Amino acid sequence: MANILNEILRHGVRSEPFSWPQADLETWQQALWQRFGRALVIRHVDAGSCNGCELEIHALNAPQYNLTGLGLHFSASPRHADLLLVTGPVSRHMEEALRRTYAALPEPRWVVAVGDCGRDGGVFGKSYACLGGVSQVIPVDVVVAGCPPTPLQLLAGIWRAVTSAKGSTLPRPE
Amino acid sequence: MTLVNWLLQGGQEILGVLLAPLLMGWVGIWRAWLQNRQAPPLTQPYRQLFKLFHKEVVIAETASPLFRVTPYLLFGCMGLTASLIPMVITDLPLAGAVDVIALVGLLSLARVFLALAAMDVGTAFGSLGARREMLVSFLAEPALLMVFFTIASLNASTSLRFMVTGFAARGFYLYPSLAFAGVAFLMVLLAENGRIPVDNPETHLELTMIHEAMILEYSGRHLALIEWANALKLLIYFSLGFALFLPFGLTDSQRGWGILGALILFLLKLTVMGAGLAVLETVSAKQRLFRVPEYLGTAFLLAVLAILLHYLLGS
Repeated sequence: MANILNEILRHGVRSEPFSWPQADLETWQQALWQRFGRALVIRHVDAGSCNGCELEIHALNAPQYNLTGLGLHFSASPRHADLLLVTGPVSRHMEEALRRTYAALPEPRWVVAVGDCGRDGGVFGKSYACLGGVSQVIPVDVVVAGCPPTPLQLLAGIWRAVTSAKGSTLPRPE
Repeated sequence: MTLVNWLLQGGQEILGVLLAPLLMGWVGIWRAWLQNRQAPPLTQPYRQLFKLFHKEVVIAETASPLFRVTPYLLFGCMGLTASLIPMVITDLPLAGAVDVIALVGLLSLARVFLALAAMDVGTAFGSLGARREMLVSFLAEPALLMVFFTIASLNASTSLRFMVTGFAARGFYLYPSLAFAGVAFLMVLLAENGRIPVDNPETHLELTMIHEAMILEYSGRHLALIEWANALKLLIYFSLGFALFLPFGLTDSQRGWGILGALILFLLKLTVMGAGLAVLETVSAKQRLFRVPEYLGTAFLLAVLAILLHYLLGS
């Protein structure tokens, strides 16, 4: 018990600050981020991924990337979530599951397709077993390319999604 | 004077309801720090509630009206319970309205409805969570009642108000039976609030969930109300613990400055105990579900020992 506390004290807070790409940020986008982004709940769906992207998503949960400090967290239910993080080229087995997950997501909602597979099927392409990209099944707001994308690229993708044009359908914050 | 008393009663209700998310935020900050993370701001639970109240509600096609009513019922139960506990002032109009047995009944009413709502939609995880919750609570409830009976027999009353004022009238005095009862109460507090030796409130793994599994199907304002009620429940258990085991500082409505002092002391106790809860959760590991009966059996045993000690030693 004392060992655990000692270890915690020895390491201290390991989170590193993450600077958001501020350049093109308008006021209402910032307000949108303040309202939804700073308490964002993410649901991750693996639609036939090779688990490369999952490892990076797992790494995103580490203290260094400061997910908790930014107010983001992963949830076990799509009904609690605001943002769907989809990895993999969408195999036929996962097509229906992905559709249902999207249907269970309450508005306002965002979808981020992760990795080259999520973009267009990647090395798996489009085949009899594979639909070739998340956008073939559900509307996608932001694509984070990379095989696999780094945690920081993922974080930037999430930020881009929440402040994207689709957010303008929301009641505008004053 | 009665109008003032009712105003104070309303004040306590508002204080409890508004303070509950803050307590969750405070525990959350300590949990983040103990994981070597930068903590979210103290107001994070308010942000989350605000966001949830602004989101759409998605309800499963198979849900019955019970599913929609439960969040309001739950919040109502917890709100009512919060007004029955002497947090700062002992002689509020509602303090004598119910005794501790009815209080336990109110808490279990909320729990039964949540478990029914979890089974209502018909998903596997919902019923799994409901069954586990009932397993934990039917073992925790007798332990909690035995703790209350110990204190009730010390003060010859099951009314919370007389329990608290009974201790205050006798001044500082160490009761051996209360030490056992206190440990049992702490164990029940952890189990009933889904804290770490029994349940992990931050888990994403459906198979290990207890409380979270029951609310998987809720969204939007319903989820907000359930989370708020959950925060209130933690505050209720904390203030119950303070009223019964650390009653110093509690005052009656006759003294103006005493109320302010009692309020500050109450906040101070919450600050210390909230951090203590996070530390306790960090240094202990979550138990397997089948170890929970042993854990709660220990709590019950300690509570029984407390009441036996009271009758053997007469203290």
